[in-house]
Amino acid sequence: MSRKPYVRPVTAEWIFRHPRYVRYMVREFSCLFIGSWTLLMVWGLKQLAEGRAAWSVFLDVLKTPESVVFHVLALAFAAYHSVTWFRLAPKALPVQRGEDFVADGVISGAHFAVWAVLSAAVLLLAGAF
Amino acid sequence: MARSNKPIVWGPFAAGGTVTALVTPVLILLTLLAGLGHAPDLLAYDAMRAFAGHWLAKLALAGVVFLSLWSAAHRLRITCYDLGVRADTRVATIVYGVALAGTAASVLYLTRI
Repeated sequence: MSRKPYVRPVTAEWIFRHPRYVRYMVREFSCLFIGSWTLLMVWGLKQLAEGRAAWSVFLDVLKTPESVVFHVLALAFAAYHSVTWFRLAPKALPVQRGEDFVADGVISGAHFAVWAVLSAAVLLLAGAF
Repeated sequence: MARSNKPIVWGPFAAGGTVTALVTPVLILLTLLAGLGHAPDLLAYDAMRAFAGHWLAKLALAGVVFLSLWSAAHRLRITCYDLGVRADTRVATIVYGVALAGTAASVLYLTRI
């Protein structure tokens, strides 16, 4: 092979060319927080399996200032992911009824409603109130 | 045309995106409340053992862990590409590997509860 195609160098500079790109990257970075928090929960399952003392270590770690700050950030990023995901739902799942498509607002609205009901149900069942 | 493995990778990403959008914020809120000293009743040792001891809860927990890790891994892979990292095969191997290892570990711990 003697072909030497030109490979255009790509840097991360493009992100700051438009506010829309910044918002896109903020959404994409939510994966770091969701992934890290899930791995923290995997460790929590390990502690739960090991017994009462190990579980209380897990709960103590949750109470550290670092953990609380991480949780606040993770909650904000996770909620942002939810909002963007539900806003995109009408594009991913267009519903046709007769000649017309169901309005975007109805489809995202239904997702937001399910999100609200499910969140309230989890808080109630987990005894958070 | 060569067969594509895209649907296999993309399916759990889409499912995981939906699952994390619906339940992850409220679950993070539960552990945040515990961190602030207002632990929900469910996070007490006996209650959590009883909950995670049921096969249906085990299935749900393992499912949520797999889908969350997989969708986060897939998004991280795409983000690396967006940031100019072109070693896609290596990135994909690492991120999906971590997602699968995390899932395997959680299944192992759940069988011990």
